[in-house]
Amino acid sequence: MSDVQSLEFNCRDLTLTRNHRRVLEGISCAFRPGELTAVIGPNGAGKSSLLGCLAGIYAADTGQLCIGEREFNRIAAAERAQLCAYLPQQEAPAWSLAAQDLVALGLLPWGRSIDRAAKARRSLLALQQVDAGHLAARPVTQLSGGELRRVQLARLLVGDAPLLIADEPGAALDIRHQLQLMQTFRQQADTGKTVILALHDLGLAARYCDRILLLHNGSLAAQGSAEEVLTPARVGEVYGIHSEFRWRDGRPEFVAGDLL
Amino acid sequence: MSTRNKTLIAVLLAALPVAMLLALSSGPVAIDLPAAIASGWRSDSSDSVILWQLRLPRAVLALLVGAALGLGGAAMQGMLRNPLAEPALLGVSSGAALAAILVLYYGAAVSGLMLPLLAITGALLAVGSVWLLAGRGASASRLVLAGVAINAFLSALMALALNYAPSMFAMQEIVFWLLGSLANRGWDQVLLALPFIVAGAIMLFLARNYLRALSLGETSAASLGFAGRRYPLLVLFGIAFAVGSSVAVAGTIGFIGLVVPHLMRPLVGQDPGRLLWVSALAGALLLLLADVLVLNTVGTQELRIGAVTAFIGAPFFFWLIVSGRREMSL
Repeated sequence: MSDVQSLEFNCRDLTLTRNHRRVLEGISCAFRPGELTAVIGPNGAGKSSLLGCLAGIYAADTGQLCIGEREFNRIAAAERAQLCAYLPQQEAPAWSLAAQDLVALGLLPWGRSIDRAAKARRSLLALQQVDAGHLAARPVTQLSGGELRRVQLARLLVGDAPLLIADEPGAALDIRHQLQLMQTFRQQADTGKTVILALHDLGLAARYCDRILLLHNGSLAAQGSAEEVLTPARVGEVYGIHSEFRWRDGRPEFVAGDLL
Repeated sequence: MSTRNKTLIAVLLAALPVAMLLALSSGPVAIDLPAAIASGWRSDSSDSVILWQLRLPRAVLALLVGAALGLGGAAMQGMLRNPLAEPALLGVSSGAALAAILVLYYGAAVSGLMLPLLAITGALLAVGSVWLLAGRGASASRLVLAGVAINAFLSALMALALNYAPSMFAMQEIVFWLLGSLANRGWDQVLLALPFIVAGAIMLFLARNYLRALSLGETSAASLGFAGRRYPLLVLFGIAFAVGSSVAVAGTIGFIGLVVPHLMRPLVGQDPGRLLWVSALAGALLLLLADVLVLNTVGTQELRIGAVTAFIGAPFFFWLIVSGRREMSL
């Protein structure tokens, strides 16, 4: 495995237009190494757009994006891919590759500097990390939605990139695998990586994440710890629901209530 | 790659020289093959001339064109993430064919070399217009739509050209040319197509990791470092060079680009990168065998090889659709 680099990810005044619509407006925030950050917000708030911008999929109209000291756009695509691994919300495999071969695609940015045997070994390890080692030889088109998602997660993790960005990684997973997933990301952050997740489940966000960014209509409505962001007043304003934030056995807990 | 698949690929490789011998011993005139080989290519006995100047270039051209079509099909399917894609779909073949038809009208006025050169240009223009029509950073589906639209337009132009054909003779020539043929081709055609096919193949092999990354979709491919227009352009130009130049020397030969990658895909664990060279190999073999069939069919008119491949390909296409409907996977 490569040395874990620790990189701070900064964006300043990010603005993005997609399909003639302003989807991000003046986003400024920092993502620090060792931190697990959740990007939350209602449907259409701009979560995927922000993650896509951070991963270099969309080029921002204005604003600045820096990895460490370097401007993100100036870094060559292949090196950027080595620094930052990204899992989109939906990723339908076109061909029925074996799960292990799909995971190995996550090592493409390294080209031939990793030999074939090492690629196979690392892919298998990554699969085991997400409780999917037994799926290694299965064709991906025959997997269930949740199984496929875990294989894709292994693809995200296999390159050991210092920056991990995942869009709704747990959407298709059962509750056990969701918790396992959040634990995996927690561990990744604890090794010094910068982890950014778009999440719908505010309970998981409150429980596992160090910081929360709340997006509303393309703007940053709040950022900070779960306790600072998930106040009943703000959640009511953005999501239109009653909610409660409390501490239980020293753990933050978010409980959604009725519609407002 | 499993041992079984490796064996199958080895069998394909071993079948090439056998098919080559079959092709060299097939033809309207019986020749003494060992003697013709032994006497060398400089000998002017009639058997040697038939072997070295007629049959060998034809067989080599079959290999070359078959490889280019197999390769082009594999690249196209990989790029569009669609097992039903074929170079003809993006108008590459039609562009080349139309350019050739226009040359055939002025047949007497231009040299023989103009036909292939303009056909290559036609293929490039077709691909270029598809690219412009689809726009920057086009998704695969938009690219397919653009290809279908360009193809329809080129077919309309071709119909118009046939409609106003100056003579029955010209019309017949055009139609035969559209059917695809390897008859009466010599070393000139081989030498003309070879550099372009090789250039196209190099471009496609350089793009093999892009095609692999595309298995995950365009967004994920971009996040894996294959962002921007460079890689799609490399693939489009690679296909235009390889397929355009083969259409130029052999007319339009369909279905190789559809059938071959499809049959080979399971042998390479569905890997779109390795699929490239295996499809080139199998395409060469398939077209050579199809030409052996052509050479051994008796009749007053030579059977056109495009008709043979269509007869292999069309039922295969039906089968693909029916089995796809059953599995709901296409």
